[in-house]
Amino acid sequence: MSYDKFINLTGTAVPLPIENVDTDQIIPARFLKATERIGFGDNLFRDWRYDENNNIKESFVLNNKSYSGKILVAGKNFGSGSSREHAAWAIYDYGFRCIISSFFADIFRNNCLNVGVLPVQVSPIFLEKIFQAVHENPQTYINVNLKKQKVSIVDIELSENFEINEYKKNNMLNGFDDIDYLLEMRDSIIEFSKNSPI
Amino acid sequence: MSKTLFDKVWDAHVVKRIKNGPDVLFIDRHLVHEVTSPVAFLGLQNRKLDVLFPEKTFATADHNTPTKNQNLPIKDPLSAKQLQTLKLNSKKHKIPFWGLGHKKNGIVHVIGPENGITLPGATIVCGDSHTSTHGAFGAIAFGIGTSEVEMVLTTQCILQPKPKKMRIIINGKLNNYVTPKDVALYIISQISTSGATGHFVEYSGDVFEAMSMEGRMTVCNLSIEMGARGGMIAPDKKTINYVRDREFTPKGDEFLKLLKYWKSLKTENDATFDREYVFEGDKIEPMITYGTNPGMGTSISDGIPYSKDMNVNKETFLKSLNYMNYSEGDDLIGKKIDYVFLGSCTNGRIEDFRQFANFVKGKKKCPSVTAWLVPGSHNVHNEIVKEGIFDILTNSGFEIREPGCSACLAMNEDKIPSGKYVVSTSNRNFEGRQGPGARTLLASPIVAAAAAITGKITDPRIF
Repeated sequence: MSYDKFINLTGTAVPLPIENVDTDQIIPARFLKATERIGFGDNLFRDWRYDENNNIKESFVLNNKSYSGKILVAGKNFGSGSSREHAAWAIYDYGFRCIISSFFADIFRNNCLNVGVLPVQVSPIFLEKIFQAVHENPQTYINVNLKKQKVSIVDIELSENFEINEYKKNNMLNGFDDIDYLLEMRDSIIEFSKNSPI
Repeated sequence: MSKTLFDKVWDAHVVKRIKNGPDVLFIDRHLVHEVTSPVAFLGLQNRKLDVLFPEKTFATADHNTPTKNQNLPIKDPLSAKQLQTLKLNSKKHKIPFWGLGHKKNGIVHVIGPENGITLPGATIVCGDSHTSTHGAFGAIAFGIGTSEVEMVLTTQCILQPKPKKMRIIINGKLNNYVTPKDVALYIISQISTSGATGHFVEYSGDVFEAMSMEGRMTVCNLSIEMGARGGMIAPDKKTINYVRDREFTPKGDEFLKLLKYWKSLKTENDATFDREYVFEGDKIEPMITYGTNPGMGTSISDGIPYSKDMNVNKETFLKSLNYMNYSEGDDLIGKKIDYVFLGSCTNGRIEDFRQFANFVKGKKKCPSVTAWLVPGSHNVHNEIVKEGIFDILTNSGFEIREPGCSACLAMNEDKIPSGKYVVSTSNRNFEGRQGPGARTLLASPIVAAAAAITGKITDPRIF
């Protein structure tokens, strides 16, 4: 499925300074029964946003009107657990285009890149600086420049570079997905299969 | 350069290396289930694509299936639709489909090995993180997302940067009542849930060599809970004997050819790893978790540690204990529990039922405990009956259900009620994982059996 290109994003951010946020929190399993990719944003962090009677939990950051934006800033080891791509869909459908953390779980990171959410890994110190800046002023602007592989806290002119492999970067900049690439290779894949060890 | 087991299998499957990008990796076996596949099939439909190798693809229904009255129509319309969608997609693309009621039906990671789909030296993927289970056979097996399911369906390949390599060596002998589950929970408690992120793990040493194939599957299954993409164990005689003569295992000359390949699948002596951990087998005790990630585990007799003694974020740690309604420094032994769950791709195989039954034999289930015993497959269920385990469990007051993922992720009706405690042999103790508000204590089948008898967290060694 194609997604919007990601080149440069400037805006406010939503802070979630919890560590080890797993994909069961991002989207609980009971919302995985869909057969189409529709409506996952409504159930993003469902059990942290709403209580068992569907009342809004005011204390959760997504329900705090001071914070908004397309950037989610999260504690380390974000997205651990299940491989459900529904977690990345929920984040995209809710409106986030970028997640900044000091550490991402592997499958979740891949899933994000495949659906058009940019995972930006920064140092623990820089992550702390972002949390601090956003906490002090929820209107703080964060800039994520994929071309330059640079993330900046605009208001205090502090920035850090981040890593992404060339291939994935190019995909994100152009809104390409892996399937297009692999389909071009189908003939050589069929040839390879004839000599595969299994 | 000398190669590791992982290098050998990976390199044999690289169709192309993309400069400054991932490898194009050929996939030998693709396992498909109802939850992570419908959107991938929809993608094929939208792009007017077919499945390239239906004979390398296998579909089963497990995540959503009821564990009682599987012969009756499914009550939940969404679950029913998801199962029906998989059936139709499998039929349309000529993929072998072992749906509800089929004699080969069961949890995807249990039926793969049972039927010889899982083979040493293979690359295996599935839209499920516990695909790491199949690494027990010396396969490279890992979980993928739905976009990747679509890629594998239509090109039999996936784009993956080659992960780093980690080795975990455990020598010595395990103590009584210490199972493969305890070994895995011990490792995770030592290196944390992100300790192996970015790595593929090879387990080696006396402890893993001595383990049964079922035990090795339990350990490899939990690789993902230490953050690893997967874990693997070099194939040996035990591995070969397990796969030989299974339905989908190649036979005759083809088998002999594979045997030659499989015998080469060992890490060379001077091969190097990016990280290595060494633990001692006799230091491991029966384990249990007390928090909301699998790294929050401890020897059952040690009690809950204080955050100040741990390298953790205090706020996150206390949030977790608050969810469990526990406090730092609490004893775990003696805490009341309400439910016991035996099953899942982690501990739903025959050996797990043997261990549970051995422990409860001649004892009675505590009346206040609700126990759900869910075999990983029909095959496991049949074996339970054949070995007389069914009678032992029934005489002790336990009921055996029909196979599926069940309360491990609570997508079906098997949900632990809010606030209740469950000693569970599954793989994740995340908030709400086993039902909204449910409080999970991960443990081995033996620790679960002890809790089912007493109604409390109990050290099995006191019996």
